[in-house]
Amino acid sequence: MKKVYPYAGWLLLAVALLVLAPAVLSDFRLGLLAKYCCYAIAAVGIGLAWGRGGMLVLGQGLYFGIGAYAMAMHLKLADAGPGGVPDFMALYGDATVPGWWEPLRNGGLAIVVILVLPALVAGLLGLAVFKRRIKGAYFAILSQALAAAFAILLVGQVKTTGGANGLNNFQGFFGYALFDPANKRMLYFIAAGILLVSILAMAWLYNTRFGELLVAVRDGEERVRFLGTDPANVKLAAYVIAAVLASIGGALFVPIAGIVSPDDVGVVASIGLLAGVALGGRASLLGPAVGALLVGYAETSLSEAFPGSWSYFQGALFVLVILLLPGGLAQLLGLLGRLNARRGNSVSDHFLRGVPRGKQRETEVPRSASEEAAAR
Amino acid sequence: MRTKFSSRLLAASSVLALGMTATACGGAKTGAAATSESCVDTSGDTIKIGFLNSLSGTMAISETTVFKSLSMAAEEINADGGVLGKKLEIVSEDGQSEPTVFAEKATKLIQDDCVAAVFGGWTSSSRKAMLPVFEGNDALLFYPVQYEGLESSHNIFYTGATTNQQIIPALDFLKQEKKIESIFLVGSDYVFPRTANKIIKQYAAAKGIEVLGEEYQPLGSTDFGTVVDKVKAAGADAVFNTLNGDSNVAFFKEYKGKGLTASAMPVLSVSIAEEEVPGVGVGNLEGQYTAWNYYQTIDSPANQKFVTDFKAANGAKAVTSDPMEAAYTSLHLWKGMVEKADSFAVEDVIDAADGVTYDAPEGTVEVDGENHHIAKTALVGQVNAEGLIDTVWSSDEPIEPDPYLKSYDWWKN
Repeated sequence: MKKVYPYAGWLLLAVALLVLAPAVLSDFRLGLLAKYCCYAIAAVGIGLAWGRGGMLVLGQGLYFGIGAYAMAMHLKLADAGPGGVPDFMALYGDATVPGWWEPLRNGGLAIVVILVLPALVAGLLGLAVFKRRIKGAYFAILSQALAAAFAILLVGQVKTTGGANGLNNFQGFFGYALFDPANKRMLYFIAAGILLVSILAMAWLYNTRFGELLVAVRDGEERVRFLGTDPANVKLAAYVIAAVLASIGGALFVPIAGIVSPDDVGVVASIGLLAGVALGGRASLLGPAVGALLVGYAETSLSEAFPGSWSYFQGALFVLVILLLPGGLAQLLGLLGRLNARRGNSVSDHFLRGVPRGKQRETEVPRSASEEAAAR
Repeated sequence: MRTKFSSRLLAASSVLALGMTATACGGAKTGAAATSESCVDTSGDTIKIGFLNSLSGTMAISETTVFKSLSMAAEEINADGGVLGKKLEIVSEDGQSEPTVFAEKATKLIQDDCVAAVFGGWTSSSRKAMLPVFEGNDALLFYPVQYEGLESSHNIFYTGATTNQQIIPALDFLKQEKKIESIFLVGSDYVFPRTANKIIKQYAAAKGIEVLGEEYQPLGSTDFGTVVDKVKAAGADAVFNTLNGDSNVAFFKEYKGKGLTASAMPVLSVSIAEEEVPGVGVGNLEGQYTAWNYYQTIDSPANQKFVTDFKAANGAKAVTSDPMEAAYTSLHLWKGMVEKADSFAVEDVIDAADGVTYDAPEGTVEVDGENHHIAKTALVGQVNAEGLIDTVWSSDEPIEPDPYLKSYDWWKN
């Protein structure tokens, strides 16, 4: 029965998201939760790349933005109808649809772009970066600069991307009217469902050979290299998966929030995605997702309660967590679990970490983990 | 065992998610008509209204002043007995200078707080972000800032100037009073300056003014060495400035530093008001021109009261500016509309809007029921040594709003 524990937290989250939340929240609040779920999907990817792989991905807004803009462009074209021109292009541009927009008219192709384009971009970037053994702060700065460059590029292209205004005013989502509350609920279930499935996928991935190699690379990259495995490939795979998850989150964000603008993909937005992961516990299974949901909720409720000074409270919250709980909220649960264990209760403290009990020691002691994984 | 369990759980959860998705799919298809029911509570002795301004982020410095003048208007109205006998209850939200947040908070004010009307927004992007929210929920927004025109929503009232009340009169001033034959355009790179310059270029082409250059810098840019060099080399008769925010500081410092003066090559700005003058530096701005519909120096009883009250509430150093005045006026106009309609219902208020007037600090303004803008007098001003702005030219009477420039035959979209 012990094996069930890693999934107890997941089940709890699933019940909260799929049963409890829709039952008690108003349409508006459920819409906000749907938005947090989009951030959380991206956060799950950050958990993999940063928490497990040790890559400080400061610029996930780039991939969030690729997904979001691809979806937004498709929705604008779908609203305009066959051969139609999106409203803002007539206002700011010369009322013609640029060639690179055209493929997105097709819904199927738009989904392919959302899944494949971030993988390609991350793959090429990852190849260039990881093969040259660029890591640490250099990688972090590079990824952040890319997000900043992407946002600046979008602002400059008023005629084709809406500039600082972004894209909004979407009427439909694959044939469903977006003003209808029933369809808004549908979107919520899609976002929550994808979030839960992506966490499960991580639970599986963390226990594969790849998952263990990734931790090994994080904790001793040179050691892994000496043992005959190229760490670049392992990091590349994790980075690509994180990029695709961010893109999916971004794509869902668009019909849910009803807008995407360069502010949602730039440096501040990227750090916002990271903040939830740090708060929840980056290396744990549920931490990144739960952290992202909590940060989204805290930001909304603080800004509603103190519109003039909420950002100070938010800042204080982050300072406190980093000072007192460097491992995030997952660390807090871990401490509680250990206390319980000392009292003789056999409550597992590792369900949040997603590390099976037998393997726990190995991840805590990098040497044996990396050696074992690399030697396989 | 573990993998078996997880795969079974995976399958079960996918089925669960798909099932819930499928059951939730009963919604309307695209093309169906939107329906929305108002939840505004008119039974009590208060009525809720929403203020949505950026109190954090880059726009906070400007929008906080709008929030203050809106609050002052609400206090005045409450002291005077409220609207239809109901005291105003303010729900304030922070737009955080981000379009997405404006959309979210507008939805919150309408659906969660059930406010009767929302007042706020500043940047074009904040207005564009809120527009579908107000149209989709059939709610009311009062937008208080001059903007690029070419818009008229059933659910928005625009109490700032549209282009034919600010930019075109400013061009008339330059053409008729300053007799300019050439002009240089400098602006921030976003929708308002680009649209404004599109209008200016067509005006110039029709009136025989030569446009000697058009330069854009990203919002927040403070690197104006090259731009000012180009302006100086071009040697135009005047510069039309649509820069926003911090960029103005760098631009005017560089302008003065390179030896360009207001008398030899005047700059006419459309985004510098009394609020911004101290930031840019009075020394850098003295003698330069601005185009607005209100200045703190306007000599009228309504404005004297407005300025005195604002200073009493916010300190003797506080200044009043056009967007603040337009926001103050918007709340009073809404009151006038509600009282004329004898109802808080959105459709009743919109139906009653046409012809509602208010003796605003800028002079008497009147609502146009068709395009939801207001008639305003255009004023060109000159920055004086105290950092205030003196009116040097006026359109003398209120100009009817024409957001789509239908009455100008030189304009082709």
